[in-house]
Formats: sequence, C-alpha cells, structure tokens
Amino acid sequence: MSADQKSSTASAALKEWPLWEVFVRSKQGLEHKHCGSLHASDSQHALQMARDVYTRRQEGVSIWVVQSSSIAASEPNDKSEFFEPSSDKVYRHPTFYEIPSEVGHM
Amino acid sequence: MSAAQSTLSQDASITEHSATQAGNPSLPIDYLLHLADNALVLGQRNAEWSGHGPILEEDIALSNNSLDLIGQARLLYQEAAAQIGNGATEDTLAFFRDVPDFKNYTLLELPHHPPLAGTSASDRDFATTLVRNFLYSALMVLVWDKLQHAPHAQLAAIAAKSLKEVRYHLRHSRDWLLRMGDGTAESHGRAQAAVNHLMPYTQEFWTGTEYESKAASVTGLDMGSLQSDWNQIVNAALLEATLKRPADGGFIPTGKQSIHSEHLGFMLAEMQSLPRAHPNATW
Repeated sequence: MSADQKSSTASAALKEWPLWEVFVRSKQGLEHKHCGSLHASDSQHALQMARDVYTRRQEGVSIWVVQSSSIAASEPNDKSEFFEPSSDKVYRHPTFYEIPSEVGHM
Repeated sequence: MSAAQSTLSQDASITEHSATQAGNPSLPIDYLLHLADNALVLGQRNAEWSGHGPILEEDIALSNNSLDLIGQARLLYQEAAAQIGNGATEDTLAFFRDVPDFKNYTLLELPHHPPLAGTSASDRDFATTLVRNFLYSALMVLVWDKLQHAPHAQLAAIAAKSLKEVRYHLRHSRDWLLRMGDGTAESHGRAQAAVNHLMPYTQEFWTGTEYESKAASVTGLDMGSLQSDWNQIVNAALLEATLKRPADGGFIPTGKQSIHSEHLGFMLAEMQSLPRAHPNATW
C-alpha cells in the first residue's frame, strides 16, 4: 500500500468512525479515569482498541468507552461565571477544622 | 539434520536423565521446536506491520499480538534448549537454525498477500494477515486448552499462559473477519480472496508426524481429535461473515516436516541477519 493510499484509508476511518472517550480503572475499588480517545466503528470495536492501546502496560482491570458526542461539556466562555466565584471562598476547604485525634485518618 | 535432531540421537541418555530430574516425562524436542517455530514465525510476520498498520490502534494491536507470540516462542525454545544442552539457548534456536530445521506450519510463513508468481513483492494485505491469525488462533485455543492439562509441568504452564493470549487473538481476528466479510464489496472481496488462498494450507494441521505421535503419548493431545471443533469455530465465523469456505483438496503443505515454501528463507534472512552479523551482541 502506498503512503498516499494509506493516509487516505486512515483519514477515511477518522471521518467515518465516531470518536470515543476511554476511561480505565487501574485497580478494583478505584474510579475509572479518563485516559484518552480513539476513533472506532462501534462500542465493541472501541473497547478492543482501547484494550490494545491503553492497557498494554498493565494499566487497567476495567475499561469504559463512551461516544464523545454523548458528553455535554462546559463552555470555555462560561469560565468566569462557572469557576471564578469560588476563588475567594477558601473556607470551603476543610482545612479550618480541627480533627479530633480519635478520628484518626480521614 | 538439525542441531536439535543430532543432539537428540547422540545424547538420548542425557536428555532422558535431565527430563527425569525435572520430574517430567520427556517430550520430543522436535515437538517443542514445532510449537516454538509456529509462534516465532507468525510473531515475526505480525511484527512486519509495526509502523505500517492501517490505523494507529491496529498497528499497536498487531504488535501486541506479535509480542505475545514471540514470548510464547521464547518459553518453548528455553524448554527445548534445556533438553538439548550443549550450549543451546533460545537465541541459538531462533537465530542460528536454517529453513531445513524449522518445523512451523507453511501457513504461518506466507507473506501478507494472495499468491503471486515466484517471490514477487506486493503491498501488505490486512485481510490476509487477519484471516491467517484467525485460522491459527482458532486452532491454538484448542491446542493450548488441552496442553494446559498435560502431565508436563513446564508445557502445561506455557499452555495456560498462551491460552489467555490466543483467546484474545481469536477474538480480535474473528471480529475483523466479520467486519471485513460482512462489510463493503471491497472488504468482502479481499477477505474472500484471503480465505480462498489460505484455507488449503490448514490441511497441514491434520496430517500426522512421528514427533506429534510421540508427543501425544505424553500429552494426551491427539491433533485429529480437534478437527471437528476447529471446523465448527471456522464455519460459524465464515457463515456470520457471509464468506464461503473453499472445498478441501490439492497440495498438502509440509512445513512441519521442515519442507517449506520459498518464502521462509527470505523471512529468516531478515529476522536472523542482525544476530548473525553480531553473534554475541548485548544491549
């Protein structure tokens, strides 16, 4: 296959296959963490590809994939009203409370 | 005659002695080499896709597949080398034996494209690669499943490890077989051409050799007993993929008896050139 043909195959795949977000759980009891995204034709295909790409160094015991278009995301333009109001409310951090020593590790 | 064979005939008593020491019944060295050569040769073929896969994820998938197979080959060569003695190592068995010593199925050494005249070059065909991986993985899930219960501790352990790997290889290649066969006219045509080309080579799975019969008396695995299960896996997948299985017949390959196609020599030349140019190199 020539370089031209190959890049056209690859770009056709990128165009026709939807994008999937990949979440991997590193061990039982921990949460699934976002680790990347890939193009795949359906969910099973995406799972297999995610297995091959993201778990080859024992990174995971479980994989979730979700089509990127199913994710609702906040807008960068909303940053000021979404996130900045919390910047002067340091009292929301639980650092102002004394933890009784009997409680131990929290 | 290969180094392995000559060692076996000259030092049969030593071989038997060391096998007894390990608490295992003795397996024919040729049988271990057959299993190892299968894994190494197909591992090398899949590695030829590294950096050339149709998409990044498949490039990595085929490299993963290759590394699984080369890992299996290493364990089997180590086991064979321990029996052979005389300074044999996994490296001498992989890199310093020649075509007439290799005992892999002919199917596994073929290039990644449908037949051409002589040794003409062609672009890699993804369908040929995946159909071959499917046909071989469908066999090896059955072989390793039986061998994991063999009364030979090392072989049983290698089989248990390999079974997990090859189950994924079967899943991966079967998935692509279905996608290609039941896909576009182009992908269906390529998959059917690959099936037509490769299926006759699988007849070699069922022909007997002396070393397989000897191994069967130790492991309890009679290859012939796997044929109907293998047919079931293959026929079900082909049916689902809307592909036709060509009728059996014609030439039956002889790779496992060390009589190979013209392709193995070229593959070994590339694979072995570096260790042969720098025999004791380390990195």
